[in-house]
Amino acid sequence: MLSNIGIGLVILILALSFLIISIAYYDSKTSKQVIKKSIYKLSLLQTTFTILSFFTLIIGFINSDFSLINVYENSHTTKPLFYKIAGTWGNHEGSLLLWVNILVIFSYLFLVFNHTHNKKFRLYTLIFQNILIIGFLFFLLLNSNPFNLIYPIPLEGLGLNPILQDPALAVHPPLLYIGFVGCSIYFSAAMASLISGYGGKLFAQSIKTWVKISWCFQTLGIIVGSIWAYYELGWGGFWFWDPVENASLLPWFAITALMHSLIVLEKRNTLYAWVIILCLLTFILSVTGTFLVRSGILNSVHTFASDPSRGIYILSFLSLMIFSSLIVFFMKYKKETYNFNLKSRETFILVNNWFMIFFLVTILIGMLYPIFLDVLTNVKISVGPPFFNIIIIPLVVPLLFLMAIGPNFSWINSRNKIFYKALFIVLGSVAINVFILYFFGRYSLMSNLIFVSAIFLILYSLLDIKKFFNKKLKFGLSRIISHLSFGFLIFFIGINHQFSIEEDFNLKVGDIKKISSYEINFEEITMKEKKNYKVAIGSFKLTNLKNDMVQYLNPEIRIYSNPETLTYEAAIKTKITSDLYLTMSNISRSDFYNIKFQNKPFMIWIWISALMIAVGGFIQLNLKKNED
Amino acid sequence: MKISFFLLVVYALITTKTYSSESQNRLLEVYKNLRCLVCQGQSIADSNSDFAATIKLVVEDQFKEGKTEDEIYKFLMNKYGEWIVYQPTFNKNNFLLWVLPYAVLIFGGFIIFLVVRKTKRNKVN
Amino acid sequence: MKISISKIIIFSFTIFLLLVFWQGLKKDNNYDTENLIGSRISSFQLIEINNNDQYISEEDLKKNKFTLINFFASWCAPCRTEHKYLLNLSNKNKKIKIIGINFKDKKKNAINFLNELGNPYNFVGKDINGKISILFGIYGIPESILVDSDLTVIKKIVGPIDKVQYNEILELVQ
Repeated sequence: MLSNIGIGLVILILALSFLIISIAYYDSKTSKQVIKKSIYKLSLLQTTFTILSFFTLIIGFINSDFSLINVYENSHTTKPLFYKIAGTWGNHEGSLLLWVNILVIFSYLFLVFNHTHNKKFRLYTLIFQNILIIGFLFFLLLNSNPFNLIYPIPLEGLGLNPILQDPALAVHPPLLYIGFVGCSIYFSAAMASLISGYGGKLFAQSIKTWVKISWCFQTLGIIVGSIWAYYELGWGGFWFWDPVENASLLPWFAITALMHSLIVLEKRNTLYAWVIILCLLTFILSVTGTFLVRSGILNSVHTFASDPSRGIYILSFLSLMIFSSLIVFFMKYKKETYNFNLKSRETFILVNNWFMIFFLVTILIGMLYPIFLDVLTNVKISVGPPFFNIIIIPLVVPLLFLMAIGPNFSWINSRNKIFYKALFIVLGSVAINVFILYFFGRYSLMSNLIFVSAIFLILYSLLDIKKFFNKKLKFGLSRIISHLSFGFLIFFIGINHQFSIEEDFNLKVGDIKKISSYEINFEEITMKEKKNYKVAIGSFKLTNLKNDMVQYLNPEIRIYSNPETLTYEAAIKTKITSDLYLTMSNISRSDFYNIKFQNKPFMIWIWISALMIAVGGFIQLNLKKNED
Repeated sequence: MKISFFLLVVYALITTKTYSSESQNRLLEVYKNLRCLVCQGQSIADSNSDFAATIKLVVEDQFKEGKTEDEIYKFLMNKYGEWIVYQPTFNKNNFLLWVLPYAVLIFGGFIIFLVVRKTKRNKVN
Repeated sequence: MKISISKIIIFSFTIFLLLVFWQGLKKDNNYDTENLIGSRISSFQLIEINNNDQYISEEDLKKNKFTLINFFASWCAPCRTEHKYLLNLSNKNKKIKIIGINFKDKKKNAINFLNELGNPYNFVGKDINGKISILFGIYGIPESILVDSDLTVIKKIVGPIDKVQYNEILELVQ
């Protein structure tokens, strides 16, 4: 029954999309200034049906309705309710339905909230967005239908992967999808802008809020994913340059570049072509990322189960998107004149874009190169963290410097005194860096540069905050917070990387190992039985030899029965100053266990700084229209 | 100011060469740079597989014998192919991989340079 | 739309990119070490499982026309299914000598395994901690390598030998 309701709703949404496109097209030809009321109503109806279809699937999961293949493959009667619900979007088909929801909801909201803007522009945005919706609906109906039936109806489900039963992971996909899919609306808006000729400052204002929304959620989604990986995946890292992580980072750089360029478009009415390119590029990158991750073309530790037929479909959709945007862009492109003085804020924003695109392209090349090499020469290579770190990290240093001084340049032109102030703060940063060096130990040239530049950004931003509260600076609090937090993020990552203690060794029960100023005593292993798993809990006594403090760390090896999986739960003690991290894994046919022990300074500050970057963005969203 | 653009790009190229991991634990760095052949996208450092455990033993032995990181990587690449090492070597297959990002950096800088110079020219006129 | 060089470049590049993606879908992304075929095996020393004073090295393999090096263990289930092919090869074909390397196993269990299923090996060596397997580029059990008298790898079999591969081996040694 649910299946029929679900599929029925989806077909209705599809029909409505076609209807909306045709009515909107005819309405765009009329001379009336106002959009036909029926379009609003149809759009609202479409939104309602879409949300209802999603609820239908959720109900299927809550009731453990195994007549739906999707529920059968991804749920289990003993799963806690919260995770049953989260299971709805934790799989390919369900997440696709969530994508459709976001496409439709944003389509409606953009229509409603932009009523001060040009009618033709709004109608065309609606048309293009609905073309995207139709594309996704066909994909859903023909290839990845969450409402497909299975007969005979199984009595029990195959269960969600136990690693995925985590609050952070339940919330991470929806956050990320609002980012990924939210950028569809300004893709459509860009196409509409080209066709209707509605550009410049007003266009910037129409999409501004949407760019910010997608940026905030994308940032938050990526951070929550990292936090989850750190606490759950058991390798003590939070970023691995894994294809799925990279796929989420590609649109992020584009959205950040776009967000900055929009400021220029709005303020100085220039860079229109570039903004359009970024709008089109962002959603194209989202779909490309989806293609790379869900088609099975790349090998990753956290891909969905892959299926080549999906790949063909997404690739076709991607090709249509790219070619249509290229054609429309080239048809409507008009040459612009640019007026950029060197010492002006708009130039610095261009420089920001330069860096963002550089990072974006580096990650894209790193992801795609192995595919190209394999297809063209049959040679298989791996491109991993060392590649990305070596190319990206050195460029973070100048980026930090520029992030600090850039926003302080005036529009159009500025005086040189900014450089004197900057020089003064550089000296302060170097002093602080020397202080750290002196008390805590030497490190490489690269790390010195990272510290100095991060401290520079921090100090400069703090001075800006002081100016803001002294009323000397009227706007920019959210920018200051985000930039300041970014400085702190790099600073804490630097400290963490420099001063972490990490060791990998094998121990038997009863062994004692000394690592730096710690003594680890592998006291015992206890076996326990829990509701849906058996567990071996290790008991490790950790003595800090400097102050004789004793702590116990209890890593686990869990054996789940549905599906049969083995997971390793790290023992993590998070404190203000550092995290202690211990994982234990068994070695087959041996009494020894492989132990990884880490002391990671300031780990929690990395999360706090990262979250504050997103907070800065959210503050922006809540400000009144005239504040920047 | 064209000098500053130029310097920036040169800086990027130079620091790449001198950037190295100065971690106290060279052994762990090697583990992190090796790919587990039987896992889905995990390094030897992160993997709990049997294969990873064996590779760790071999790497440890070679370290004790005094071999350098490059020698160890070469040895393993000889046995398992380039795929096992995460940092792509700079050879005729991969040089595009390393060069393209910088080509893009230089190209982008060049565009900005042109835009700013045009403005300067227009101002002078 | 005017046709210009930059537009042609962009369109061509896009088509190229999408074609590569399409071809990439057909490729299997599970890595195997098939690329080892054609390379030579390195020098090694293999100690006999029952006798610590007896050992062979790569030099001994040069005396054989063909050698099949087979990694096995008593705890490995697929090793049982491939065993009959190994026995066939050792009985029927005089051109191939078979070396068995007992991987991360206990001597007693290995001997019992061979007593139970038959011993196809001309020499059984031991690899207690698995380090020798790395010398041969092995990453799973069972795995077998066929080399000629020049010590060049002419075939790699990852996983148990099945009928198809058994026939392929016979063809290669003609």
